[in-house]
Amino acid sequence: MSSMTKQTPPRANLLQGTLDMLILRTLLYGPAHGHQIGKHIQRSTNDFLQMQHGSLYPALHRLEKRGWVTSKWEMASDRNREFKYYRLTDKGRKQLLAEESQWKQMAEAVARVMWPTAEES
Amino acid sequence: MRWWQIRKRDDDVERELRSDLDLEEEEQREQGLSPEEARHAAVRAFGNPTVISEQTRAVWSWNALDTLLRDVRISARTLFRSPGFSLIAITVMALCVGATTSLFTVVRSVLLRPLPFRDPGRLVMIYEHFRDSSVNADGFNYNPVAPADFHDWRTETHGFEDMAAWRYWDFNLTGEHGELPEMVSARGGSWNLFPLLGVNAAIGRTFTESEDRPDGDVVMLTWSLFERRFGGDSSIVGKQIHLDEKPYTVVGVLPKWFTYPDSRVQLWIPYEEALPPEILAHHDYHFSSVVARLRPDVSLASALSQVEAVQYQLHMQNLHAPVAEDVASRTLNQDLAQDVKKPLIILLCAVGCMLLIGCLNVANLLAARSAARQKEIAICSALGAGRFTLIRIQLIESLLVSIVGGVVGVLLSFAATKWLVSTWGHLSHLPGAQAIHVDGVVLAVACGLVFAAALFAGLLPAISSTSKSAMAALQTSSRTAAGSQARTALRKTLLTVEIATTVVLLVAAGLLLKSFWRLRTTDVGCATNNVLTMSYSLPAKKYDSPAKVNAFNETLLERVRAMPGVRAAALGSTLPADGYGGDDVLTIPEHAPLAAGAILPDALNRTVDPGYFSALQIPLLSGRFFTSHDRNGQPKTVIISHQLAQQYFPGENPLGKHLHVPARDNSDYEIVGVVADTRYHVGQPDMATMYFSVLNGAQNEGMGLTLAVRTATDPLSISMPIQKTIAELDPQLPVKDVLTMQQIIEQSLGNASLSASLVLGFALLSLLLASVGLYGVVSYLTTQRTGEIGLRMALGAERGQVLRLTLSDGLRPAFYGLALGLAASIGAVRLIQSMLYGMQPLDPAIFAAVAASLLIVAALACLVPAWRASRIDPMQALRIE
Repeated sequence: MSSMTKQTPPRANLLQGTLDMLILRTLLYGPAHGHQIGKHIQRSTNDFLQMQHGSLYPALHRLEKRGWVTSKWEMASDRNREFKYYRLTDKGRKQLLAEESQWKQMAEAVARVMWPTAEES
Repeated sequence: MRWWQIRKRDDDVERELRSDLDLEEEEQREQGLSPEEARHAAVRAFGNPTVISEQTRAVWSWNALDTLLRDVRISARTLFRSPGFSLIAITVMALCVGATTSLFTVVRSVLLRPLPFRDPGRLVMIYEHFRDSSVNADGFNYNPVAPADFHDWRTETHGFEDMAAWRYWDFNLTGEHGELPEMVSARGGSWNLFPLLGVNAAIGRTFTESEDRPDGDVVMLTWSLFERRFGGDSSIVGKQIHLDEKPYTVVGVLPKWFTYPDSRVQLWIPYEEALPPEILAHHDYHFSSVVARLRPDVSLASALSQVEAVQYQLHMQNLHAPVAEDVASRTLNQDLAQDVKKPLIILLCAVGCMLLIGCLNVANLLAARSAARQKEIAICSALGAGRFTLIRIQLIESLLVSIVGGVVGVLLSFAATKWLVSTWGHLSHLPGAQAIHVDGVVLAVACGLVFAAALFAGLLPAISSTSKSAMAALQTSSRTAAGSQARTALRKTLLTVEIATTVVLLVAAGLLLKSFWRLRTTDVGCATNNVLTMSYSLPAKKYDSPAKVNAFNETLLERVRAMPGVRAAALGSTLPADGYGGDDVLTIPEHAPLAAGAILPDALNRTVDPGYFSALQIPLLSGRFFTSHDRNGQPKTVIISHQLAQQYFPGENPLGKHLHVPARDNSDYEIVGVVADTRYHVGQPDMATMYFSVLNGAQNEGMGLTLAVRTATDPLSISMPIQKTIAELDPQLPVKDVLTMQQIIEQSLGNASLSASLVLGFALLSLLLASVGLYGVVSYLTTQRTGEIGLRMALGAERGQVLRLTLSDGLRPAFYGLALGLAASIGAVRLIQSMLYGMQPLDPAIFAAVAASLLIVAALACLVPAWRASRIDPMQALRIE
C-alpha cells in the first residue's frame, strides 16, 4: 500500500455534490460512457481531479434514477464493442443550469471572503 | 420493481463495469505495458470492482430488501451451524412467548374485551352501599339491591336511559309428569333487561312488560339448555315446561353467545315471577343485581348522584331496617371479573417477569456467541463492514430466533390457553370463559412481543460486541483476558438482572404458596374428613305444609343414619366453608332500643336439624342443642355462635335472651345454646351466625337443604346408596352438588391454588433459566481463562484455590442479583398483599428460603465449570496457546 501512495500525483477530493454537476457538464458535449466521463474530467483538470470510480458509477446511476440522464448500450465508434452511453435529458439540462448558477454564487461568495482587498481595488 | 428487474439491473451494472474496466486495460496496453502489468494498472486505477458495483447497486432503493434477504440467509446459515444454541434459545423464547400470549389471551377476554352488548361502555351495575366502615371491612361494599329500592331508582331518577334487575333462582326442571328431574340454575330478569342490553331472542321473543308479574308463568331458555335438553327443536317455543312442578310457557330462546351473567345459567324467568307482592314492596330484602344504561348526554357522576339522593331518602324513611344510605357502581366488565382480576394481573406480571428473564437469557447466549465470534467480527469490520451492518446481522439472528420461538410459542399458547381456561373453570369460576380465544389483537400483541424480545435480546450484545476497534480485537490473544473484560461485564450485568427478577418471582411464589398452605390448613371449625354432602330442594307445590317437609327430612335422616358405614348425618341450609348463604338483621328485645339510623346487628342465618352440631363435630359451649321438640308449633328457639355471643352479648349470658328477626315471621326466638364458630369461607374471618331448627317447617322453601353424611370410610362410595334412598322417598326429587367436604373447601381455594401453582411454575422455570445462564457465564469465563489458570497451576496454585477463584467469580453476580432481587421484592410484594391470607408480605421465612435455595442452585450451576477448571492440566492448557 505504502509504495503506491508515493506514486500517486497530488490530487484533490471532489467537493460533495460537485461531481453531479461535472458529469452533467461533461455530457453537454454529447453522449459518453462512464470511462470517457471519468477520463474527461481528469484530463480537463490536468489530472488534478483524480476520478474515483467508486463515486463515479454510483453518481451516474443516481443521475439516471433522478431522470437527469438516460442510458443506452451502444456500439463505440472506435472500438468494436458496446458501451453504456449516458445522455443528458432536458431535465438534466435545467438541473445543470441551476447547479451552475448556484456554484457561481458560491464561488463568488467564497472569493469575497478569501480575497477581500482584490475585490475592493 | 420486480425481482427480475433487480436481476437485470445487477447484470447491467456488472456489464458496464466490466466493459469500462476492459477499456482501461486496453488503453494501458496501448501505452506499451505488458498485458499483465496493464491489467494490474487498470484495476489499480479503477478500484475494487466488487465494492463499486455494490455501491452502485445501492443507488437503486430496492437494494435494502436485497441486503435484508442476504442477511437473513447468512443468519439462518449461522444458526443452523450451531443447532445446540439455536434450539435452546428457540425453546426459551417459545416458552416465554407462549406463556405470555396465553395469559394475555385470557386477560384480554376477561378484563379488556368489551361485552357483546349494545354500546357496552354505558352499562353499569348499581349496588346499595353502606357507608359504615365496619360493614365495608369484610368486602360488602357492593350490596345487592332490594326490589322496592330498584323500583324507586328506576321511576324517580332520570340520568339513566333505563334500569333493569335480575335475581338468582334455582329450579327443579322436569318433564310433564315429573320425569327426568334436574336442578337448573336460573335468573329472574326484569322484562326490560334484554332490550336494555340490546339482546334479541334467537328464536321467539323476550319477555313483555305485562308478563313481568308474579304469575306471568313464562320462561326463556338459554341456547345450551335448548340444545342439550330439547334437542335444538325450535317447536319448543310456545310449549310448556315444568319448573318445580309448575307449567311455564317457553316464549323464546336466547342466542348462543349470551352467557350473561355466567354460563351456568340455564333459563330465565321474569323478575317478579313467583315473588309475593309484599317482598316486592320491601326495602330491606337485598337480592337483586341492577344493570343500568347511562344516557349519552349525562355523566355517570351526575346520574349516580340522583340515585344516591333517592337512596338516602329511602334510608331516612326506613331507619330501623337495613336500608343502605348510599349507592356504589362499577362497570359491567368489572362486575363480572371481580374475583379473577387480581389473580390474573398477578399472573400476567409473573409471566412478564419470565419473559424478561427469557430475553435476558437469550441476550446472554447471544453475548456468549458474539464473544466467541469476536475475531470473525473484527475481520468483517476490517474488510469494510460498517458497524451498523454488523449490528444488523446480529439483530437479525436474534430476530430469527425470536420469530421461530414466537411462532412455536403462539402454537403452544393455543393449547396452554385451553388448559388454563378449563383448569380455572374447574377450580373456580372464570367469567366469559367460552369467549376466550386467540384473535387478531392477541396475535398482534404476540408479534409485538416477539419483535420487542428480539430487539432487547439482540441489541445489547450486538452493540457491545461491535464497539471494540477491530485492531484491538485482533490483537487480543486468549492469554490477555483483558480484551474481553467489557463483554464479560455485560454478561455479568445481564445475569444479575436475570437473577434479581428470578428472586422477585420466587418470593412472590413462596408467599402465595405459604398463604395457600395456610388457607388449606385453616380449621373451618367442623369435621371435614370423610364427609359427603349433597343438596336438594323440596318443591313448594308438593311439600305445601310444614308436616310434609318435616316428614321427608326426618325420614331421610333416619334412613341415612341407619345405613352401614354411616357414622352420622346432618341437614343444614349452608354447610361450613360452603359460602355466605344469607344473613338477616336482628334486634335484641332485652337490650335498649338502638338509636334511629344506627347499624343494626346482623348475623348469618342457618337452618339445621337437631343432630347437625354433633354430626359435624361442632362443640357446644353452653346451653343445649336442638331436639326434635324444636319444631313448628313449639316455642321458637335459636342457637347462636360464639362470635355472635361475643359481639352482641359482651359480658352477659345470652342464654334465655331473645333474638328478634324481622325477616323471620317477625317473632322473638329464645337463645337456647351457644356453639363454637365455623368459617363460612376458608379465607374469611368468623362471622356471627344464628341457627334455626329445620323442623320449624316451611321456613326455607326454595332455599334447599344440604345433607352432610360422616362416614367410616371413603365417603364417595356411599353416595349412590344415599341417592337411591332419596329416590325411594321422592323419585322426582333431583339432588345436586354431590361433593365431599374436602372438595367444597378445595373449590373455595380455587383461585388461590391456581395462582400459587402457576406463579410457582413460572418461578421454577425462571430459576432454571437463571441457573443455565449462570452455568453458561462461568463456563465461558473458565474457557477464556484456560491459559491463565494453566499458568497459575504451573506456578504452584492448588486445585482448591483455582476452584475457589472460579466459584467466587461466578457467584458474585448471583450475590448481587440476590441482593437486588430481595430489595425489589420488598416493593413488589405489595401487589400481592391483598391476596395473602393471615400473613405479612415481608415474611422473613420466605425471604430466607428463597435466598438459600437461590444460592444453592447458583452454587451448583457454578460448581460444574469451576470443578472442570480445577482439573485443567497445566501443560496442556499452556500448549494450546
